[in-house]
Amino acid sequence: MPHRTFLWFILPSLSAMILFIALPIVSVVIQSLHVEHEQVLVTVETCGPFGCTNETRVDTEATAALREAQPLGRFNGLGTYVNRAHLATAELSAAWRTTDSLGAFLGQALNLPFYKALAFTLAYTAVVTPLVLVLGLAIALGVNALPRLLRGPTIFFSLLPMIVTPLIGSLVLFWMVDANGVIGAGMQRLFDDPDLSLKASPALTWAMLFVYGVWHSAPFAFIVFYAGLQTVPGETLEAAMIDGANRWERVRYVVIPHLMPLAVFVTLMQLMDNFRVFEPIVGFQAQASATSLSYIIYSDLRGDTQQFGSAAATSVLTIIGVAILLAPVLLRTWRDFNRKRA
Amino acid sequence: MTFSKMTTLTAIATVMTASAALADCGIASGRVAILSNDFPALQALAQGAMECASATVEVTANQTTTHRDLQVAALTANPAEYTSAVVANSSIVPLLNDGLIRPLDDLIAQYAPDLPALNRITIDGKTMAVAFMANAQHLFVRQDVLDQIGAEAPTTYEAVLEVLAAIRDAGIMQHPFAMNTGSGWNLGEEFVNLYLGFGGALFEPGTANPTINNETGLATLEMLAALNAYANPDFLTFDSNATQALWEGGEIAVGYMWGSRGGAILDNENSTPEIVAATKLMGAPTVAGGVLPASTLWWDGFTIAANIPDEDAAATFQALMHGLRPEVITANNDAAVWLMEGFTPGAPALGVTATAQAGALPYPMVPYAGLMHTALGNELAQFLQGQESAEQALADVEAAYLAAAREQGFVQ
Repeated sequence: MPHRTFLWFILPSLSAMILFIALPIVSVVIQSLHVEHEQVLVTVETCGPFGCTNETRVDTEATAALREAQPLGRFNGLGTYVNRAHLATAELSAAWRTTDSLGAFLGQALNLPFYKALAFTLAYTAVVTPLVLVLGLAIALGVNALPRLLRGPTIFFSLLPMIVTPLIGSLVLFWMVDANGVIGAGMQRLFDDPDLSLKASPALTWAMLFVYGVWHSAPFAFIVFYAGLQTVPGETLEAAMIDGANRWERVRYVVIPHLMPLAVFVTLMQLMDNFRVFEPIVGFQAQASATSLSYIIYSDLRGDTQQFGSAAATSVLTIIGVAILLAPVLLRTWRDFNRKRA
Repeated sequence: MTFSKMTTLTAIATVMTASAALADCGIASGRVAILSNDFPALQALAQGAMECASATVEVTANQTTTHRDLQVAALTANPAEYTSAVVANSSIVPLLNDGLIRPLDDLIAQYAPDLPALNRITIDGKTMAVAFMANAQHLFVRQDVLDQIGAEAPTTYEAVLEVLAAIRDAGIMQHPFAMNTGSGWNLGEEFVNLYLGFGGALFEPGTANPTINNETGLATLEMLAALNAYANPDFLTFDSNATQALWEGGEIAVGYMWGSRGGAILDNENSTPEIVAATKLMGAPTVAGGVLPASTLWWDGFTIAANIPDEDAAATFQALMHGLRPEVITANNDAAVWLMEGFTPGAPALGVTATAQAGALPYPMVPYAGLMHTALGNELAQFLQGQESAEQALADVEAAYLAAAREQGFVQ
């Protein structure tokens, strides 16, 4: 396709992407470099149903004048990025100086909100992504081996976890693992421990979220692999059988290499999705034991005082994180593409 | 007043559009658009205001538990998306900070000259909100369980601990206690309540500098941990819906819950008649020999947006006052502890009334209280899970608050 035609071809989607993705990212970056104006405080008498007190207020007029002069707020450079709520450089170097073992240092680092969230986010991505790939492939192979009559209903039921809205899915599971729920009470009886609670222990909470993540995403990998399985060339499989390959060897040496491009695609999507893990944390009320980068952005933007600068800085850090995670896969794809062209 | 994170998720913004022009509210024309939290008392208010709809008066209401997340953006627009935001002590603060609500003195003088001073939230002499109901967290006890162990109803937290130990030792319940300790806003609120009960102050007077990292803070955390040793191990996920369900299911014998849940707990739904009959509402306990109950008082009130035409402001004020007329209050008597004419305090109001009469402090209405509340809610969970020391938890709260307060320009 000539470059000119190609340009016209992608112009509609390109302009939508610039308008709805690129420009908002630019605005988030600008926002993350600014903090609110110094608030002008005054003390005034406040009265209500419970009597009068002297309380501090923001001087609205003085603050409005400051805002008029600098609508974006005070320029703070990378100040927000390095403060305690984000990269916490000062806290980290203090921890490095005062601790004498790596374990103690890590303990202090993981006490900082950003690193705590990053640790869970990375663990979730690292555990859920490969499990989804393996489980998705296993289900696809299993369904593919079923008699034709049973395939339709099986596919439908296998897809259910993906069809259920993430929030609803996690709420259903949350109630099931409650101490009074089916799974929670069952486990207490099984291990004969009335204090056993999946929600109370951080380790069990993490495990529960991982299980939920795999349950929710495996159907996606399954359906992609299942579609791929329909295109595996029959001749190659027959040739492999004639050569004496057993079922496992056929999967290992014919099917998996054939599905490799799809595996790369699923890995890319899963890395991106899992790095942005959010709904299960809210659904499971797991924020005491597990927070993710998306969750701390959400937490900054809720409540009585919304911290836009802080949320913007975490957003930019998340984008950088996704870029780093995807880099190896993208590089590989780029190299394959160049090799094919050459 | 639920404030629960859980219900916010399942909440749907119910937009009710008025249909019939019934009542004579005396409004010629105008637009009335109400943004509020979603619980029975506010639903009654909105429904009352709806009656003012006519061919020339448009009345709409968006009642959602995520109202706090919408209000600043919605009222910043000019004209504002909503003509009125129904707020509480804490959620009025961001509206005041940005000058988004108007003084109501002229409207009160014209349309409700008899409004008692009690209902007027005045700041620097100007009435900024009309308060119409009160709320506080306080003690709920099961009289039948207390009788079984032969204990008096506790009035101090020390006595609460003794009662809880006796209930556990008698083998009646393994986890007899619950309070709203869900990590986040709820947990922050429990710390503030107890800390003020210990006589602590959150900030240096007149500044935004935090003063929680001290002996009083440590004592507060120790008491929180001691109490929750008697709670179900899931306690870091408890919001108002969860604790109400535990109570109604007969799983706990002592609860520290919102007064606004009293009506729902004492009605005969979702529970057995035995539990309802044995439920007793009491004031919040004191702690460490203090005189003030360990609780904070909250009011709910309505404000009127600044960025709207005067005609709409007048229409909104009249419609809301119509929604709060004595007939509405009487018909919804048990839905809240009303501060309006027509209210007869019933059994569900006992706890809040006792707490207020014992002199509990109002929740601090300072502009940076929300940041402290968020820091407390996020940083205390690890201590309660036994993963870090109380000292470390308080240091974390202080550091998290200072980082946020610097970004917001409250602390240099």
